Amino acid sequence: MLFVQKKRKLVNYAKWGYIFILPFFACFFIFSFIPLVDTIRYSFYEYFRSGIKEIGPNFIGLKNYASLMQSDMLKYAGNTLILWLIGFIPQIAIALLLASWFVDVRMKIRCQQFFKVVIYLPNLIMASAFAMLFFTLFSTKGPVNSILMSLGIIGEAIDFMRTALGVRSLIGIMNFLMWFGNTTIMLMAAIMGISPDIFEASEIDGCNSVQRFFRITLPLIRPILAYTLITSIIGGLQMFDVPQILTNGQGNPDRTSMTLIMFLNSHLRSKNYGMAGALSVYLFIVSGILCFIVYRITNDDDPDGSKAAARKNKRGRR
Amino acid sequence: MKKKLLSVVLASAMLTGTLAGCGSGASGTAPADNGGSADAGTEAAAGDAASDDAQTEEGKVINIYSFNDELRTRITAVYPAIENTSDDGTVSTLNDGTEIHWIINPNQDGVYQDKLDEALMNQAGAAADDKVDLFAAEIDYIVKYTDADVDAAMPLSDLGINPDTDLADQFAFTKTVASDQNGVQRASTWQACPGVLVYRRDIAKEVFGTDDPIEIGKKTQDWDSMKAAAEELKANGYYAFSCYADTFRTYGNNIASPWVESGSTTIKVDQKIIDWVNDSKEWMDAGYFDPTVKGQWNAEWFTAMSSSAKVFAYLFPAWGIDTQMVPNWDGEEGSWAVTNAPLSYNWGGTYLLAATGTDNPGHVKDIIMALTGDKENLTRVAKEYTEFTNAQSVMQDAAAGDEFASAFLGGQNPYSYFADSLESIKMAPLSSYDQGCVELIQNAFGDYLQGQIDYDTAKTNFETAIKERYPEITEIQWP
Repeated sequence: MLFVQKKRKLVNYAKWGYIFILPFFACFFIFSFIPLVDTIRYSFYEYFRSGIKEIGPNFIGLKNYASLMQSDMLKYAGNTLILWLIGFIPQIAIALLLASWFVDVRMKIRCQQFFKVVIYLPNLIMASAFAMLFFTLFSTKGPVNSILMSLGIIGEAIDFMRTALGVRSLIGIMNFLMWFGNTTIMLMAAIMGISPDIFEASEIDGCNSVQRFFRITLPLIRPILAYTLITSIIGGLQMFDVPQILTNGQGNPDRTSMTLIMFLNSHLRSKNYGMAGALSVYLFIVSGILCFIVYRITNDDDPDGSKAAARKNKRGRR
Repeated sequence: MKKKLLSVVLASAMLTGTLAGCGSGASGTAPADNGGSADAGTEAAAGDAASDDAQTEEGKVINIYSFNDELRTRITAVYPAIENTSDDGTVSTLNDGTEIHWIINPNQDGVYQDKLDEALMNQAGAAADDKVDLFAAEIDYIVKYTDADVDAAMPLSDLGINPDTDLADQFAFTKTVASDQNGVQRASTWQACPGVLVYRRDIAKEVFGTDDPIEIGKKTQDWDSMKAAAEELKANGYYAFSCYADTFRTYGNNIASPWVESGSTTIKVDQKIIDWVNDSKEWMDAGYFDPTVKGQWNAEWFTAMSSSAKVFAYLFPAWGIDTQMVPNWDGEEGSWAVTNAPLSYNWGGTYLLAATGTDNPGHVKDIIMALTGDKENLTRVAKEYTEFTNAQSVMQDAAAGDEFASAFLGGQNPYSYFADSLESIKMAPLSSYDQGCVELIQNAFGDYLQGQIDYDTAKTNFETAIKERYPEITEIQWP
């Protein structure tokens, strides 16, 4: 009896940990994992709805993948990339600038907290509401055109939605406005993580602010920059709500602002689970590769390149 | 020990709580905005199972699916059993305590059909109070629901309505549209939709020196006269129509063969559609359309109906005047008038269908009869809403008498024009692909008409888009 009790004292507390994380895994399994497997499974089937008649599922192998390759998928991938770039380039540039200004002790920017809140605010608006707002603002009879016309800057209304450049720029501007605050705050955290000793030392050595930015700040926040880049690409791959609402789901004009997810969505209109599944698998693979890169970067055991430099140095001496 | 037991209980409670939360959330989405919670649904189902013998008894909730307010206002106007409607317009109570739940989703982008299809596919397994009882369908997609193989809508005879006697006063073509491939009538409508031309009196006076419908009618009797009139309007700084989509129905609803023959997977684009593209291009380039308006049902299109706009005319059936023009017109009443369109056409029409498996067949029958088969009600709807109602005798009287004059049209009686238009209508053959074809061809060629892409690219874009919408389509034939 005594022996048994003694044995029971050696309780393994680790199992409580497992029990407590069980709800998450159960939810993940039911609501994420099973749909994921189903999506992959259906991508090999012909399975859609014609009217309210269901067709399939009939196994057709890789036919969905092949017909997607023959379709305009790559064109939409290109659209997505362009739309992302239009938004991302100003986003990262402005974010870097603002982050280094905010963190710079010498600038002594007043009301910092206020500005941080303000630049983050656009991110709090729902993307679809934001797109709707822009749609109204920039319509041919909208306020932007009327203001420009009454100021005499333009003679007649500019039809922003008519040209690929107009629509793409609007989408880019929206994505920029929504995300630059977020990026700024992330980069600020990264810059504040740099030891002030380095900045002080550089100042003593007579380093000016441009040099400091390019020689010290940028190299030292490289991992975070890479992280921002990759997560932004993954977010960009999934760009949907802004162009969808702005162009009413058509990707006008001439399908030049049709993104991959809008393409996916137009397959789901006919409940074409097979084709949509195949497209999702393609996207999954691309995102998977990108995630792997992030993983490698964030788990880098040599973030500042000092080890590699040391190795190079060693080789050089030999 | 107690602590351990407690934590196990807590952990399992948390787990089941999470799952239960998710579960009810998922089932809650199926019956759309149905006010009742999932629990209420299961309770009702249990109650139903218990009283199996009381099958003839009507359910407590009538779910009516519709795509805008029109159906609700019409039913509320004519169905005497409705006592009151909640302020947000989602629930009406009948005098016997039954509730009507109005489930309204917009037509645009196929949202309405998505929700309706979802509900109809779950119809068999749904709790009695969640079942679709009555739904609306437009002529563009009614074939999808009247199909006898799909059997989503009940034959009217199963409800106890005899189409030959009870609905004898309806126009014959509306009954053809409402019938399945075997000729069994499964739907019924209260409106026939002959299209006319609605024009601004002030612009007519300024440009043509008269606003008399007969004089203006001579200028709009065919496309050649219309073009001459458009030229005159342009010289005075006005546009004949707001956009190319406005004239589409006069071509598109006069096609000779259906977009897709029954059982085929080939889309045949009719010559009439190509005529529309070519004529519209000519008109667009000549400046007869307002260049800022791109398609229908958008803000620009609606503002073009206001007093500040420069658009002379719209092509509309009766419902367009009441549901689109009246709310968007901000000037004096009586500023518009009706005359003949360059080409007769029928545009739209909302049909009522009783969903198979409804638990309120009695009420559904009453509603259908009250709105679509009751001469008195149809007269009232015509008077109150300027609708061209689906009763031959009423419409004959209306065209002859003066009591149907519309204040919005400055005291004009539009019914003679509606009736004239109706006589020459040849109903375009329908297919279940009509809505997608009409929407996507306007969209694809809209880019072409605005000069962004060339003709062949527009063709390719249409082919791509239509195959995305209807994966079973294998080929598109151009004339």
